[in-house]
Amino acid sequence: MNAITLENISKQYRLGQVGSKTMAADFKRWLYNLQGKEDPFAKIGETNDRSKKGSSEYVWALKDINFDVKQGEVLGIIGKNGAGKSTLLKILSRVTIPSTGKISIHGRMASLLEVGTGFHPELTGRENVFLNGAIMGMSKAEIKSKFDEIVDFSGVERYIDTPVKRYSSGMHVRLGFAVAAHLEPEILVVDEVLAVGDAEFQKKCLGKMKSVSGEGRTVLFVSHNMGAVKTLCNRGLLLENGTLTYDGNIDETVNRYLRINQSGDQTGKIELHKKGFGSGEALIKKIEMINHEGNISETTLYKEPIRIKIYVESSISVPTASIDIKISDNNGTILFHALNQYQNIPFSLHIGENVIELELENNLLPGNFMITPGIHNTATSLTIDMHENILAFEVIKAAKIATESYPWEWNLAPAKVDILKLK
Amino acid sequence: MYTTEIKPQNKWYDIDFKAIWQYRDLLMLFVRRDFVAVYKQTVLGPIWFFIQPILTTVTFTFIFGNFAKISTDGIPPLLFYLSGLTFWNYFASCLTATSNTFVSNAGMFGKVYFPRLITPLSVVISNLIKFGIQFILFLVVFFYYWWTGAIQPNWTVVLLPIFVMMMAGLGLGFGILISSLTTKYRDFTFLVGFGVQLLMYASPIIYPFSILSEDLRFWLNVLNPMSSIIEAIKYGFLGEGVFSISNLAISATYMFVLLFVGIVTFHKVEKSFMDTV
Repeated sequence: MNAITLENISKQYRLGQVGSKTMAADFKRWLYNLQGKEDPFAKIGETNDRSKKGSSEYVWALKDINFDVKQGEVLGIIGKNGAGKSTLLKILSRVTIPSTGKISIHGRMASLLEVGTGFHPELTGRENVFLNGAIMGMSKAEIKSKFDEIVDFSGVERYIDTPVKRYSSGMHVRLGFAVAAHLEPEILVVDEVLAVGDAEFQKKCLGKMKSVSGEGRTVLFVSHNMGAVKTLCNRGLLLENGTLTYDGNIDETVNRYLRINQSGDQTGKIELHKKGFGSGEALIKKIEMINHEGNISETTLYKEPIRIKIYVESSISVPTASIDIKISDNNGTILFHALNQYQNIPFSLHIGENVIELELENNLLPGNFMITPGIHNTATSLTIDMHENILAFEVIKAAKIATESYPWEWNLAPAKVDILKLK
Repeated sequence: MYTTEIKPQNKWYDIDFKAIWQYRDLLMLFVRRDFVAVYKQTVLGPIWFFIQPILTTVTFTFIFGNFAKISTDGIPPLLFYLSGLTFWNYFASCLTATSNTFVSNAGMFGKVYFPRLITPLSVVISNLIKFGIQFILFLVVFFYYWWTGAIQPNWTVVLLPIFVMMMAGLGLGFGILISSLTTKYRDFTFLVGFGVQLLMYASPIIYPFSILSEDLRFWLNVLNPMSSIIEAIKYGFLGEGVFSISNLAISATYMFVLLFVGIVTFHKVEKSFMDTV
């Protein structure tokens, strides 16, 4: 049984500001409509790549999205910023309508694009629980019966009769999520709401989400937290520039997502044509991952040293520069940070091409990782150029076993063995 | 099974009144919120509901009654201005508050779906409560002058509920129509701001209808359908004024047309206003 069916869903947005030009376009659209013709602006438009300059004023934030969600399925939707995830969720939550296509939803749906929607700062926590619950579609009686549970889950009992404007942002989120967690829809649409709150509360939320999906309810989950997506979901959708590029097993979807940044079939290296974050006097042009065999490759063996080579094109000379490389795991957690200053190694940039190489003893456990290179001006402490998670690589298990990273020692004193001796 | 379909366009008559009924709890909670939140952290609290009309009435009595010496048809000026203001304020606050439904609630509307019509409806109801409180003040003054014999009410006073409904309908219809237009073009916000003030002078609040010719009354009512309603209420309570069935019929027509056009436009806009607001 399908809980949700999407057929040819597209969404067009107009770029730029609303002004007299918009009015002219509206008038033209109205004239065409009167004559029974098609919308003249629906045909034009480009796919939505936010980093490229386009010629049209209209973009397709979503283009021809088709998929079904079975009842009880927990679907993870992933993609880079601007890939269309939020637009898709907005359409599913009926906040806006698609430009074309049709969606059928079977069952009561609740969407959680934000926690604490409609909280009024002047009202108390208690009043806001009722207000927020009603906004989410609960009846007053329903909220009343669950009120104690909600307060208990939120852990802000002491503040429940205090205006919400006195709450810390964490308490605000806790109360908001507590209300949302007690909704009992058949289908739940969740945007990245776990990014806030402390570790204890995040764990609580994830646990709640897991139990919700365990009850056979359908969940659509959007997140950048790959760890959360992997633990919660069993199926993944990958969106790129408004189109659905992969639909399948969650692990494979996450792996594909991590590889989007790499251009084409080049693996283990990436050429950059634009500046990333920073002032841009010098640009990181190319990054290469060199494995133990001396080849440029995206895979390396566990425990074999790796080398990372960075090519920088500088238009100025920076006598006191610094360079750093961060390695993070799938969840974006930084595992490793190498900065030349940590070892007091001087570094300077000269005009023209600079090549820097980092040799690294590889203690990474098998898995997928991403590299973030950056160059900075030490004198001004400003970043010159930095690309976040730009190159992905994989450490694969070889002959040596992973546990070597964790040396151990048994402490088996003879006396203790005596006690454990079987009679 | 509960099935929802999401499509690009809906037919204009496809308004889900059932959903509004399902969300009635939310409607009442919004009313409560509007009412409670306004005077939180004030010392005088709801007393402000009385202070506003009292001060305005006193000011009007001085400026228009004492200095400009505009006729009040022999009605005590205090009661004359208070009656006009109390009723006009209900219409004006309904109109101004509903006219920015989309813009002021965009944050909430952008995150969760509920029938959008709930919001302007809650505004009309919470203003009705506010009006009710101010009406009590009016009644106190009214009974005092009746007791002293300064005024003689007419039987048409019993039509008050109908007139209040007409005012609510006009305010709501006009307000949601403007709120639908402001989602894309903010020009209308400016129009409402001073338009409401100007319209007040186009209704018999600071002057009696009797000083106008019949033609002028007709055209004034065409310009501002509130004028004949206010005058009819005054006729009922104060015993002086003009009760014109034909002008009232025009106002009623206005109300139905505005409500219909307003709801249809609102319904058309609510689906996609998040893209342009």
